[in-house]
Amino acid sequence: MTMAQMPVRPTEPVPPVPAASRRGRAARRRRREDLAGYVFLSPWLLGLLGITAIPMVLSLYLSFTDYSPLISVTESQWVGLENYRRMFTADPSYWHAVRVTVTFAVVAVPLKLAAALGVAMLLNRAMRGIALFRGMFYLPSLLGGSVAVAIVWRSMFSGDGAFNAFLAIFGIEGEAWINDPTWALPTLMLLAIWQFGAPMVIFLAGLKQVPSELYEAASVDGAGSWRRFFHITLPMLSPVIFFNLVLETIHGFQGFTSAFVLSNGTGGPVDSTLMYTLHLYNAGFVELNMGYASAMAWVFLVVVGLITVVLFNTGRFWVHYSDSEER
Amino acid sequence: MRANVLRLTTLIVILAIVLYPLAWMIGTSFKSPQEIASNIGLIPHEFTPSNFTEGWHKFDVAFGRFFLNSALVATLTVVGNTVSCLLAAYALGRLRFRLRGFWFAIMIGTLLLPGHVLIIPQYILFRTLGLVGGDFPYLPLLVPHFLATEAFFVFLMVQFMRGIPRELDEAAVIDGASAFSVFRHVVLPLSRPALVTTAIFSFIWTWNDFFRQLVYLSQLKDYTAPVALTLFIDSTSESSVGPMFAMSLLSLVPVFLFFVAFQRLLVEGINTSGLKG
Repeated sequence: MTMAQMPVRPTEPVPPVPAASRRGRAARRRRREDLAGYVFLSPWLLGLLGITAIPMVLSLYLSFTDYSPLISVTESQWVGLENYRRMFTADPSYWHAVRVTVTFAVVAVPLKLAAALGVAMLLNRAMRGIALFRGMFYLPSLLGGSVAVAIVWRSMFSGDGAFNAFLAIFGIEGEAWINDPTWALPTLMLLAIWQFGAPMVIFLAGLKQVPSELYEAASVDGAGSWRRFFHITLPMLSPVIFFNLVLETIHGFQGFTSAFVLSNGTGGPVDSTLMYTLHLYNAGFVELNMGYASAMAWVFLVVVGLITVVLFNTGRFWVHYSDSEER
Repeated sequence: MRANVLRLTTLIVILAIVLYPLAWMIGTSFKSPQEIASNIGLIPHEFTPSNFTEGWHKFDVAFGRFFLNSALVATLTVVGNTVSCLLAAYALGRLRFRLRGFWFAIMIGTLLLPGHVLIIPQYILFRTLGLVGGDFPYLPLLVPHFLATEAFFVFLMVQFMRGIPRELDEAAVIDGASAFSVFRHVVLPLSRPALVTTAIFSFIWTWNDFFRQLVYLSQLKDYTAPVALTLFIDSTSESSVGPMFAMSLLSLVPVFLFFVAFQRLLVEGINTSGLKG
């Protein structure tokens, strides 16, 4: 993700003109380039300021107040660290939400990546119909974030849903998955894992880059398929794995729609699907405690930022970049 | 040979499992209420299209209105994203101006910024500006997209534009072309593939988006399809399962059509930038 961005300097045409006038023209040209750059950048700059930067500062301020949409910002009271104190010491649901979200990310993301890599390796062969397979596996990634699919999931994994009917064929009596505090979160994770198509497509592109001579050489040296996987595929693919890991982890922390639909907005049963963002939404837009919700948002921002930094730092130890190409 | 047969069989089995929920959704949409309770399988014994008419008129506002609202929001978002991200990408990817590297770094920083963090202050800001609710409640959903806040697309287009040979710009500049005419006559025409990818992803993401629409839309007649679908969950009596599935299925049709039409572009799109589906 750290792209070395070295714009190639064009070879400037050198017209035979006096130095003073050349300098004047160069300065004029620079000014014109500056102007053009900022004109084209202006919508983005406005968005950065109004949609991102100001709201960020505002939400930091709000996190120290008892602001609620029922009163105006100026009427709200400064409460100091009260919101943060309440969050960490007096709101059991908060820690529940943290636990649910971390569990979700730590379990679902690796499983999703494993599924993605596994299927990508199966597909990484010159074989007819590969494009069709790839597209079909990708389809859930495109549809899966929708309310519609979450609704289907909810019905499939209810007590008398299709999944239990399937288990019944083998004489297994299933749980009431989405209504069971133990099983509701795994059901939610399964929906996330089901959408392994997007990282799979990225893995597939990465696998195509691994030089086949490496495998041939290893085979000649008598390496079996497991050794080839651990000593060639995994190291060569590690930049792509890393990329997918960062993306999916950040994505996983933000899961909202499926948790909302599966629990009908409550995060239940007994807070078992209370994802962080769902708790934040309920605090801010249902209980209208926007000061409190802003504090939650800031802690979330800091934690997600820290996790990204940690991922990038640990990445150094296991991500292998070949000398020639840098991502 | 045997290995290949095994590989193909494994793939087909996995694919069948992966696609089962979608197939089951289609089948269930056509089952009568009695059959939904009794037949949990894939194929309905008797095709019952009545779920669709029933679901369409389930609430005080016909479902067609929700689809139109969704289409309106998605279409305007496509316009906003393509135009504003293209302008920003041209500046960041092709022009040389002071602090460009700095702004580029900021843009990359916003790539990983979780959107949920800003929803509350944004809501307050839009409310203070009088844009929440009212006759056209979609402005808070649209304005950010007209200001290129979707950094993914800016990034995608910057990456794409870096592939356009610089000689083209330079030749035009030597001929006396301004930054604007280089944009208009060189970069814009050559950026079409990136624009199409951005447009398709914008449409699909907005069509599927729920969080923001849930926050900003409060009146039934303004609801988009995803927000309206959640109304079914509140009334989960046995009889409404069929209509709920029928409307859910309909809501996925546009995304599916985009998928069929642009499959290759979508797959290439996530490859170049790691866009999420």
